Amino acid sequence: MAQAKWMKGDVVSGAVLAALGVYIVSEAWRWDYSTAEGPGPGFFPLWYGIAMVVLSLVLVLSSAFSATAGKTTDWGGIGRALTVWAAFALAIVLMKLIGFLTALALLTLFVVAVLYGRPLKVALAAAIGNAAGFYLVFGLALQLDLPAGPLGF
Amino acid sequence: MEVLTSLGHGFAVAFAPLNLFWCFVGVFLGTVVGVLPGLGPAATIAMLLPLTFSMPPTTAVIMLAGIYYGAKYGGSTTAILLNVPGESASVVTCLDGYQMARKGRAGAALGIAAISSFIAGTVGVIGLMLLAPPLAKFGLSFSSPEYFALMAMGLAMVVLLAGASMVKALLAMLVGLWIASMGIDLFSDASRFTFGQSELLDGVDFVIVAIGVFALGEVFGNMEKRGEGTMLPVPKGLRNLLPTMAELKACRFAFLNGSIIGFIIGVLPGAGSTVASFISYGIEKAVSKHPEKFGTGVPEGVAAPEGANNSETGGAMVPLLTLGIPGSGTTAILLAAFILWGLRPGPLMIQDNPELFWGLIASMYVGNIMLLVLNLPLIPLFAQILKLREYFLYPIIFGISIVGVYSVSGSLFDCWLLAVFGLLGYVMRRLDYPSAPLILGLVLGDSMERALRQSLMMSQGDLGILVSRPISAVMLLLTIALLFLPLFRKANAWRIKAIEENG
Repeated sequence: MAQAKWMKGDVVSGAVLAALGVYIVSEAWRWDYSTAEGPGPGFFPLWYGIAMVVLSLVLVLSSAFSATAGKTTDWGGIGRALTVWAAFALAIVLMKLIGFLTALALLTLFVVAVLYGRPLKVALAAAIGNAAGFYLVFGLALQLDLPAGPLGF
Repeated sequence: MEVLTSLGHGFAVAFAPLNLFWCFVGVFLGTVVGVLPGLGPAATIAMLLPLTFSMPPTTAVIMLAGIYYGAKYGGSTTAILLNVPGESASVVTCLDGYQMARKGRAGAALGIAAISSFIAGTVGVIGLMLLAPPLAKFGLSFSSPEYFALMAMGLAMVVLLAGASMVKALLAMLVGLWIASMGIDLFSDASRFTFGQSELLDGVDFVIVAIGVFALGEVFGNMEKRGEGTMLPVPKGLRNLLPTMAELKACRFAFLNGSIIGFIIGVLPGAGSTVASFISYGIEKAVSKHPEKFGTGVPEGVAAPEGANNSETGGAMVPLLTLGIPGSGTTAILLAAFILWGLRPGPLMIQDNPELFWGLIASMYVGNIMLLVLNLPLIPLFAQILKLREYFLYPIIFGISIVGVYSVSGSLFDCWLLAVFGLLGYVMRRLDYPSAPLILGLVLGDSMERALRQSLMMSQGDLGILVSRPISAVMLLLTIALLFLPLFRKANAWRIKAIEENG
């Protein structure tokens, strides 16, 4: 089913960008617009902040009053993408505690086993293989200093 | 004639077995660091500098320069195959290169990138050889107003990078300008948009935004649907993996455009290969008979930015060798290396060190051929990456993205930012906001603000300085023409439609 006009992505994103524009302008207002030497730190942000407010309002109004209704939203797909993002973000948090290679192995395991529903054997092989490949290329060959866990990798 | 004689001596230097060997080592290492995101030529040259102290200066310069231009070749590989820009200038290659890969033309895109890099790289060296002294003077005639006009022209390219909605493209560009403003203002010490985070005082690194928005945004978007099959089609047979004659023919102008634009922008200190690749892509799209196809996987969209990216190297060597002015981080480290060896790049460089100058130029010709020979046979091998099933490929992209960002700063905060920009990339993709204008705003924002403020300081606030100088006035006129280009195209389409209806 098509969505209500006011719930369209363009209207929502336009409103968010308008709020960001207002924030930029309010911050720029606190800094000097001009100094004795020339334009101050508030000069450039003030102008692009104003432009952002104006353009986002154009987007909101043109979308809200356009004849076409919003596209249907695949909330299942969005949920799946956001789950992957959350897993990625969690892996970054875990990197500090368990090291990059272990965190990457766990992320790979989650993606292969949970999101793609592959057998655990395949997922484990992918996780270990991926971590080992990164160790060989970046850790051993290129000597990059990657975050290490308690076990030293 | 004198040039040819000097070049002959240069080739004698370049073909010495020791120089030939280190030239190969340089271009090979350059290709490797170019392929890996985050690990750029500047860091690699800095790391390898101590190794060169025992070498003769000419050999060392030949190797380090090889890393510099070799990295430009390698940068396109992950951009085309994985939508992960290997280095900043490869962002533009993502636009059409990755789309070609999605259509099963990854090999052709890699081939076009290699051939374009070879042609433009060679044109860049010819330019360096023939035009170095007069062009160095031209580069010096650029002051803040001219740089502002150049950056304005670069930003005006947004009209050519916009997809269906110009408003969304402009908004994405403004977000890029905002991100570029983050950190300490160099003129006043004021910290802007740092949200109280000391890690943001240095600003946001370009690599984080580019990898997050392009690579992660793409992966999160693709993972909305649970696919089972292979990631992207890869045709069988070497012939099908390389560009066709028709594709190469379509790129004729792009090769030339990329070569010339890249070299000219390279001569200007500070402009950089990212600006060159954006401008050459914009010009290519502006003069194309089918501009609407750009962004969907056209070979010219790969050839122009890749050519500009590589030709820029020859251009960047002009101010370095003839004036001793480094135009980028990499050339700054090269300058430091010159000084360490007791050489003084400047107007007397060619006269005082002809062996080094002409040996370097000749080695760049040789190095470009080595790169072509090295890269073309690797295309079928690289293309096999796309045969990986998506549940194997995506975790590899996640790993490369994290390593690419972490290796730049060693900061976990930057990895957090990567996740944030990955989410932003996904949301932009979902809501049909084009990502290239955001990158354009980010790349040009800081330089543009600096140039504008310096110009207004020079003129004590009089905006007239921007139009009273001939070069900046011409570039600003071109900027205005560029901004009106979509309107002109629309009017032309209406005119043709009206003629057809009446006729």
